[in-house]
Amino acid sequence: MAVTVKLPTQLREAAGGAAEARADGTTVGEVLEGLYSQHGELRDRIAGDDGELRRFVNVYVKGEDIRFLDGLETPVADGDEVTILPAVAGG
Amino acid sequence: MPAQALKCKECSTTYPLEARYVCERCFGPLEVAYRAPASSGDELRRRIQAGPDTLWRYADFLPLERVPRASLPTGLTPLVRADRLAERLGLGEVWIKNETANPTHSFKDRVVSVALARAIELGFDTVACASTGNLAGAVAAHAAYAGLPAYVFVPADLEPEKILSAGAYGAQIVGVRGNYDAVNRLCTEVSGERESWAFVNVNVRPYYAEGSKTLAYETAEQLGWELPDRVVAPIASGSLFTKVARGFQDFLDAGLIRGAIPAMHGAQAEGCSPVAQAFAAGTDVCRPVKPDTIAKSLAIGNPADGPYAVDLARRTGGSVDAVSDDEIRAGIRLLAETTGIFTETAGGVTTAVLAKLAERGEIGADDRVVAYITGDGLKTLDCVRGTFEVADIEPRLEAFEAALGAVV
Repeated sequence: MAVTVKLPTQLREAAGGAAEARADGTTVGEVLEGLYSQHGELRDRIAGDDGELRRFVNVYVKGEDIRFLDGLETPVADGDEVTILPAVAGG
Repeated sequence: MPAQALKCKECSTTYPLEARYVCERCFGPLEVAYRAPASSGDELRRRIQAGPDTLWRYADFLPLERVPRASLPTGLTPLVRADRLAERLGLGEVWIKNETANPTHSFKDRVVSVALARAIELGFDTVACASTGNLAGAVAAHAAYAGLPAYVFVPADLEPEKILSAGAYGAQIVGVRGNYDAVNRLCTEVSGERESWAFVNVNVRPYYAEGSKTLAYETAEQLGWELPDRVVAPIASGSLFTKVARGFQDFLDAGLIRGAIPAMHGAQAEGCSPVAQAFAAGTDVCRPVKPDTIAKSLAIGNPADGPYAVDLARRTGGSVDAVSDDEIRAGIRLLAETTGIFTETAGGVTTAVLAKLAERGEIGADDRVVAYITGDGLKTLDCVRGTFEVADIEPRLEAFEAALGAVV
């Protein structure tokens, strides 16, 4: 399954300047693995040592926060959009 | 106490004092770090007392190169002794910090004053924000005074009073079909693409957040350079709550006051209580929620500073409590009846939590308590509709006597 991953400005430098990437996978976790295999530097930025998302990273599938879905196990379908954004905003 | 750098609260990486809010290494929040003050406590106190009757009197503790020559006068709001409220709750000494007295009737004038001043220093030409309502009005008004265009993003179902009052200042209101967290996510994306826009609570958030420290500075000064024992304050993102404590710490570090940070009690609505839930569960992981509460100004389901708010409450011997919509309405009524201060729903939350703490016996008889009433009841009028009866009579004496003669 090919999924579009939208990257926030803070991560674009580590992805060769790209605002989005294409990655394969059937879950959010797999898609992120696919992303890291293209841009190794992103792994440390997005995930902690335990492989879970860092606590100030938000990930959305089709606009919904994956914490309301199945987290990294959330299924994705061909053509879905996964968005990564910093959590530190608002208030 | 000049600002020195932006520093990540998670991994301590430092950055120049630019428009950035996220650590590029770990995505943690950036905060302004200052050099230790070069002046003594006495000298700082003299400078504050000789300063203007606004929040700019605390310029030594704010992240600006210079105080703006002119701005909407903000801060130095009344700290009101609330003896009748204290009596009703069986408490000794209660003070209300009345933030409805700010130019757009909420504490948001403070954070916007600082954010806008810094945005202008950094060369931005447009101001914007993601708002639950009060921020909308503050950004719109301060941008109008400064002559900058403003874009205000709000949930489309916001209280009409908040949308109308923000629109009156000439800002472009953008009603987003979704809750605040959706508005916030959109603004995070837009701010990445609009380089000349200062989103006060996104890309210039570290400066914005500093404005809330002035709530603590004023409280200490108005109490005669002393600290309260306990503070009750609302939690939406957790920014105000954590920065109030930071403000007290600044004054302690600078030798302006003595003692320790007050016990910090946070207040949330049950319909949006991710921080209270984390506190109760003994964790600092704030699981996001979908807000459903009349306290729309506190309806942030995914609070950016939630983990820090939980830590702070725990560390200071405080708490984070949540109250129901009915308790919020009762809180609005209780505050209005005993102090003459009419607050919006967020203040109802704060007052209701104060009442709950009193009932639980968590507040000692001699404790000095300060409650932060952050916004004005005129912006959430619908919440008091139906809570009292209007005597509807003909303009005749007999009609008055028939309706009310027996009770007056």
